[in-house]
Amino acid sequence: MKAATKTNLKLVSLVLGMFCFGFALVPIYDVFCEITGLNGKVSGPTITEYDDNFNSREIKILFVTKNNENMAWNFTSEKRTLDAETGTAYTVDYTFENPTDYPMVAQAIPSVSPGKGAQYFHKTECFCFEEQLLQPGEKLTMPVRFIIDPDLPDDVPVLTLGYTLFDISESHIKLQASN
Amino acid sequence: MSAVIDSHSDDHHHGPAKGITRWLYTTNHKDIGTLYLWFSFLMLFLGGAMAMVIRAELFEPGSQIVSPEFYNQMLTNHGLIMVFGAVMPAFVGLANWIIPMQIGAPDMALPRMNNLSFWILPVAFGILISTFFMEGGGPNFGWTFYAPLSTAYAPPTVTFFIFAVHIMGASSIMGSINIITTILNMRAPGMTFMKMPLFTWTWLITAYLLIAVMPVLAGAVTMMLMDIHFGTSFFNAAGGGDPVLFQHIFWFFGHPEVYIMILPAFGIVSHIIETFSRKPIFGYTSMVYAIASIAILSFIVWAHHMFTVGMPIAGELFFMYTTMLIAIPTGVKVFNWLSTMFKGSISFETPMLFSIAFVALFTIGGLSGLMLAIAPADFQYHDTYFVVAHFHYVLVPGAIFGIIAGVYYWLPKWTGNMYDEVLGKTHFWMSFISVNITFFPMHFVGLAGMPRRIPDYALQFADFNMVISIGAFIFGLTQLLFLFIILKSIFAGKQATSEVWEGAKGLEWTVASPAPYHTFETPPEVK
Repeated sequence: MKAATKTNLKLVSLVLGMFCFGFALVPIYDVFCEITGLNGKVSGPTITEYDDNFNSREIKILFVTKNNENMAWNFTSEKRTLDAETGTAYTVDYTFENPTDYPMVAQAIPSVSPGKGAQYFHKTECFCFEEQLLQPGEKLTMPVRFIIDPDLPDDVPVLTLGYTLFDISESHIKLQASN
Repeated sequence: MSAVIDSHSDDHHHGPAKGITRWLYTTNHKDIGTLYLWFSFLMLFLGGAMAMVIRAELFEPGSQIVSPEFYNQMLTNHGLIMVFGAVMPAFVGLANWIIPMQIGAPDMALPRMNNLSFWILPVAFGILISTFFMEGGGPNFGWTFYAPLSTAYAPPTVTFFIFAVHIMGASSIMGSINIITTILNMRAPGMTFMKMPLFTWTWLITAYLLIAVMPVLAGAVTMMLMDIHFGTSFFNAAGGGDPVLFQHIFWFFGHPEVYIMILPAFGIVSHIIETFSRKPIFGYTSMVYAIASIAILSFIVWAHHMFTVGMPIAGELFFMYTTMLIAIPTGVKVFNWLSTMFKGSISFETPMLFSIAFVALFTIGGLSGLMLAIAPADFQYHDTYFVVAHFHYVLVPGAIFGIIAGVYYWLPKWTGNMYDEVLGKTHFWMSFISVNITFFPMHFVGLAGMPRRIPDYALQFADFNMVISIGAFIFGLTQLLFLFIILKSIFAGKQATSEVWEGAKGLEWTVASPAPYHTFETPPEVK
């Protein structure tokens, strides 16, 4: 093979490799955020057990609910604040109501701030792990169950758990149509 | 050498074809270089006209002549056209013209691909500009096209924009493969890597940067396309995606991209300073290593563009320190240029004037970059006119002065005639003064808190903005003089010798002026 052809092949494979790398950044970024708790990304359901020797401390937890643009549902949490202790499990109920005349599917996306506290916020059960389908006028109450890790750094006195509710009905219709 | 060149040996001694087909079908590196340079000049005036609209709107506070929606389109396309249409093609044009002559090669390694990589560029920009005449208007989300502005909230024409970016990327990638293959395989006997002229060196490294990051940009716009049309959620939080991910992918491309736009200028300026100081470049080896270090560092600093997105402190520190590290190899280059001039027998022809201005003004842009690199300070500077001042100092009196200097330096080799030195110096002084009137006050309004990308501003910024606008109008008009000087040198002027500049070093000065259609058909011997 000619030297120039060899160089060309190497360069073309570098181009293809970097194109794939661009897409590989997506899972790399997700894993990176999950490990570090960056962007307030929180992991899926976890079961954590602590030995009895941990030092629990008081922490204030704020609950924020928000609708994404054009989302018509009523979305609220039963309480806005909670004086909690680390290492203890709590349950908070959230209410969803579809006031429109048509069935809709929604997905809640959680975010914990400050970001560095995100990895200490363990959810054992959450409505955000699944999508919600509500018929017109239907109302639904679902819980989130969580434990704050006792290893939470001392300079985090308050954690905010925010949920944004997104309307994903459209992508569902698309998916069903394509199936 | 490559098969393509061998198969051409039959018509080697023919001149160029006549008429339009010469330009459409050409595989000659000089013709393609000329096409690239004229195309980028056209884009410079188009992007410049958009800048004039922006500055006219900002001449006084309040809404002046265009609607905020149209202002956003001007802003976005000014950036896109200047980056992808003016600066990058100008460097590729210079590379096409000069690299084969500097390394003693008869042509580029892949002449037909060379033709293709130029001719898809007008198509890409045709598509981009056509969006202005469509419903919804052109792209209006800034040249950085952050999602979801460029996905969920974008005008319907965004799909045309995506395809235009794909085509520009393909053009750059093909151009880069061509340049690397040429440099690695077609150097004249005896031309070792450490004897290679610095412009060729900077382009070799730039081409590798392009090959590494243009596919990532293609990936980013492909993800946008899929989010918009195929129901994926790469950047859509509702489906589990993340808009911040877009910024990471974009700047992973974007930071090496800004070095792509400056490294070839480093090479040009190095040649000009050594020629007009009548001394060999000081610290050639350290120059090469400095360019390589800058290129490698450019891959690990991207998040300094996004200090304010909410990174952990460790991330801020990492990106802050790596960014500051870049000042070291850049400083090496600046000191090497100064040392080359030190005790040199300097004459101040137009290319040298532009190069000295480059060193001084690029350093100002570099220093404001260091200020922006300080993460806590960046929280205040972020998205203000201070940032606009910074990147315009490195791009206008940086990259564009580098290109202009290179054009003056090699113009007699291209046309065979000397340009008009008096007009050239007039062009320089008008440009030098007006570029500073335009961009220096932006530092002050930026530090005082004027946000970028807004068609209106608070009253206290009024006087400075009027000064900035006047400077911008003068700078814009001055570039028409540049066009006149180039045209004049094509049709008239003192006959240039083959050496052109007294004592100029390099193989390109051993061929006649104007350079014959085919050069170095038999490779020269380099000692």
